Amino acid sequence: MYSFEFVKPATLDEALAALKDEDAQPLSGGQTLIPTMKQRLNQPGSLVSLLGIPELVGVSISDNVLSIKGATNHAAIVAETRDSFPGLSALAGKIGDPAVRNRGTIGGSIANNDPSACYPAAVMACQATVVTNAREIAADDFFEGMFTTALEEGEIVTGVRFPISQTANYQKFEQPASRFPLTGVFVAKYGDRVGVGVTGASNNGVFRWGEAEEALTANFTPDAIKDLSMPADDMIADLHGSAEYRAHLVKVLTGRAVAAC
Amino acid sequence: MKISLTVNGKTQSGEAEGRTLLSTFLRENLRLTGTHIGCDTSQCGACTVHVNGMQVKSCTMFAAEADGAEVTTIEGMAEPDGSLNTIQQAFQDHHGLQCGFCTPGMVMAAASLLKANPKPTEAEVRAYLQGNICRCTGYHNIVKAIMAASGQELPALAAE
Repeated sequence: MYSFEFVKPATLDEALAALKDEDAQPLSGGQTLIPTMKQRLNQPGSLVSLLGIPELVGVSISDNVLSIKGATNHAAIVAETRDSFPGLSALAGKIGDPAVRNRGTIGGSIANNDPSACYPAAVMACQATVVTNAREIAADDFFEGMFTTALEEGEIVTGVRFPISQTANYQKFEQPASRFPLTGVFVAKYGDRVGVGVTGASNNGVFRWGEAEEALTANFTPDAIKDLSMPADDMIADLHGSAEYRAHLVKVLTGRAVAAC
Repeated sequence: MKISLTVNGKTQSGEAEGRTLLSTFLRENLRLTGTHIGCDTSQCGACTVHVNGMQVKSCTMFAAEADGAEVTTIEGMAEPDGSLNTIQQAFQDHHGLQCGFCTPGMVMAAASLLKANPKPTEAEVRAYLQGNICRCTGYHNIVKAIMAASGQELPALAAE
C-alpha cells in the first residue's frame, strides 16, 4: 500500500483539526478501508485514527432512544443492545465474522455507505438520526446513493440515534463468500408506523420500501404485502443474482422479517 | 514511528511505518512467524491474533493501532512448560490439521470462542469459524477438535 502518516488523536477536537488537511482521511475500524488501501485504490496523505477517542465509544439509552457512538464496534453493539434492542443486536451479530466485528464500527459502516452494508437498512427503517461533529442528519437525507452520503469533507459520524421499536427483525440473504447481504431487509414496528429498510439490492444503495411500509402499518402480517411487487428496474444485477432475483428477494425477505417479529 | 506493545507477556518495541500492518510487525520485526498471512485480503483468518483479549485479523490492523496493547499470538498459546495447551492438544489428537497453514488462526479463533462460550454446540462452532478458511477443507476434524477441547462428549458428527 502507499505510504501515509498515521495520526492518533486522543480527543474529537484533535481529530477534527488533523482532518482539516485535505489529504487526510478518518480511519475507524478499517475493515473496508485497509483492504482498499492494499489494492492501492486509495491514497490518503494521512489517516486519522478515531478508535483512541473515548468520547466516540459507547452505547446509552434515554427516552426510548438508543444512542450509539460512532466508533463503537459491532461486537460491543451486539453485547450492549441485546436487551434493549434485540433486532439491532442481531443485525450487528451477522456482520462479517467475529474478528471483523471486533474492529469494524457503526460510524465507519454508515459513512462508507457500501450498497451492501447491513446497518443502513436499520438506520433507514428506524428513521434514525445520524449525528456528526457539526449537525444532525435524518436517515432519509443521509444516504445519497452507492458509497455517497451527505457528509462534507472533514465531517465525521460521531453517533447514531435509533428510536427503539416495539419489535424488529433483520433478514439477511448472505452471499456466502463475502458474507455481505445479497439482499437484506430490516423491518421495525413502532406504535404508529412500520419501517422497511432494504440493503444490497438497489443500484441507488439503501432505500425504504414505502408501499410495504404503508401496507404493514395497516396490517402487520406477511399477508399484507402479498399483492405488492418490487420493480426490478433499479436493482443490482451481477454474477450472484439478476435484478429480477433481487427484487423478488426483497419481497420474500420482508415477509420473513414480519413473520419473525 | 516507535511503537511499544506487550506480546505474549513480553514488552516489545520497534519502528513501524504508518502503513506497517500488525501481521508484518509481528512476523518481520519480532520474527514471530507463527502468525500466517494467507490471503492478505482479510478473508482467510490465518493471521488471527488477540489484541487486548479480542480476536482480530492482524493483516487488517495497523501496527500503530496496537501501540500500548496486549497482543497474544500462537507462540503465546502453549503452557508455560512448553507443552501444548488443551486446544492445541485437541487439534493434534483429532487430526484437526492437514497442511497446518490455517492452524494458528484456527487455534486463536477457538480460544476466543471457548472463552466467550465454554460449551458451544457444533452449530455454534461452525458459525464462529466463518472468518477462518481451511483450504484443505479439513473443517470436520477442526470442529471435532474444538468440541473436544471444550470438554464435551464428541457428538457423532456426520461425515461430510
